[in-house]
Amino acid sequence: MAEYKPNEMMTIAAARALKNDDVCFVGIGQPSAACNLARLTHAPNITLIYESGTLATKPNILPLSIGDGELCETAITTVSVPEMFRYWLQGGRIKVGFLGGAQIDKYANLNTTVVGPYDKPKVRLPGGGGAPEIATSCGEIFIIMAQGKRSFVDKLDFVTSIGHVSGGDSRAKLGVKTKGPTKLITDLALFEPDPETKEMTVVSIHPGVTRNQIQENSGWPVKFAAKVAETPVPTQRELEVLRELHARTNRAHAEAA
Amino acid sequence: MAQISSLAEAVKSAVRDGDTVALEGFTHLIPHAAGHEIIRQGRKGLTLIRMTPDLVYDQLIGMGCVSRLVFSWGGNPGVGSLHRLRDAIENGWPQKLELEEHSHAAMANAYEAGAAGLPCAIFRGYIGGDLPKVNSKIKRVTCPFTGEELAAIPAYRPDVAVIHAQRADKAGNVMIEGVLGVQKEAVLASKRSVVTVEEIVDELPERSLNAVVLPHWTVGHVVEVPGGAFPSYAQGYYPRNNNFYKEWDAISRERDSFLAWIRENVLTKGPEVFAKYARKHRMAAE
Repeated sequence: MAEYKPNEMMTIAAARALKNDDVCFVGIGQPSAACNLARLTHAPNITLIYESGTLATKPNILPLSIGDGELCETAITTVSVPEMFRYWLQGGRIKVGFLGGAQIDKYANLNTTVVGPYDKPKVRLPGGGGAPEIATSCGEIFIIMAQGKRSFVDKLDFVTSIGHVSGGDSRAKLGVKTKGPTKLITDLALFEPDPETKEMTVVSIHPGVTRNQIQENSGWPVKFAAKVAETPVPTQRELEVLRELHARTNRAHAEAA
Repeated sequence: MAQISSLAEAVKSAVRDGDTVALEGFTHLIPHAAGHEIIRQGRKGLTLIRMTPDLVYDQLIGMGCVSRLVFSWGGNPGVGSLHRLRDAIENGWPQKLELEEHSHAAMANAYEAGAAGLPCAIFRGYIGGDLPKVNSKIKRVTCPFTGEELAAIPAYRPDVAVIHAQRADKAGNVMIEGVLGVQKEAVLASKRSVVTVEEIVDELPERSLNAVVLPHWTVGHVVEVPGGAFPSYAQGYYPRNNNFYKEWDAISRERDSFLAWIRENVLTKGPEVFAKYARKHRMAAE
């Protein structure tokens, strides 16, 4: 069996969640790596959309920013940002939104705004960007985040974008018709919402990871599904494609200097 | 009506102390050279609007030009924090910075509403999160036809829009290609505008029948500044210098290293320094 890092397992597990006919709104960073890995392996026809307005883009290297030239050059077309958010996102044409965050709670609400109080933050984070409307306008949401006590918290300092709000039917009661977070992929496990409570629940554990480890890296008492699977190990091909993608990206960024 | 001028003249005439200014660009075509000219001319008390404030806003904020920031994502994309922005918010250095924080959808809609001459933007958004609790400009309206509750924010009508584009012709018609961002909307929503371009040509080149062109009578000052978007990029001219974005993290982390960089690269230089970035790439391509 090939050796791999937890971070690689996370990206590969996230990529596997995507299907060939998905239309996916891609966040920068981890989501971008996962979405392009899916495109380069089992989902060659997936439609990737970045908020810079690039539709059906097929970058050869991972963009550092959401509007890199590589995205535009390989897209079927590039629309203006107002059109992106109005016709494509708000218009309900995007099936999956792929997000990351700085903090998450057990209902998969996300904080990318501040750590500490808003008016006197301990750490000022970049802010919501497209996330508040991606979270409510896409058909469903996948989230990719490495686990840790500082990021998996009992209570968010700020709710930048909603997941299942306070659980149960609280999301629907706000008038939101989309599903919200259906998958949370971490470096340790795969979570899905409980059908009733909507609490994110472990349904699959990555190879070699213990329940205790998952609990130690979460700020709330973690729920495990009645049947918990073991995530299949990364295949040789998945690892090769992912590593080659990162190597190509690093080479290209160094050359541009 | 477009007026072809120098960058110093354009900024002197269009950007005034206390103005609301939108230097727009979504990763692509960010008007760095024009931002540096605003710093050199020492503008104060500006309200800056931008969906994705990055390095040039970090520089304007760190040099004390800005008292208020309207934004939806403030970071160094793929790298991390904007240290000057954070220093202003967390420690009030070099001065306090008031924030008006939105989402991208809200800001894109507000620019479009401004360009359309409407008083406000209406969209489906801001549901359930905390931004409406910290931004009093976010309101709810009810659709008179369906009863659906929607979000509303005021339209943007900046005093000045500042953008960079690939080309203008001698009459001042401006052509933009690639990632378009909200630049067209920002110019049409603003009272005045400064447009820097890679080159001013006799005639705009052969183009798609639906090319994005700002006709000369919709723009103010047009200035030729080759390389003027560096370290951002100009599609068809030069790529984004991702390494400079990474280097900025170290340059901007401390106040002293930031000020030294500004002294050496902005205060004692002019817009002509940008030409080498454009030229370097053109020569490399030959």
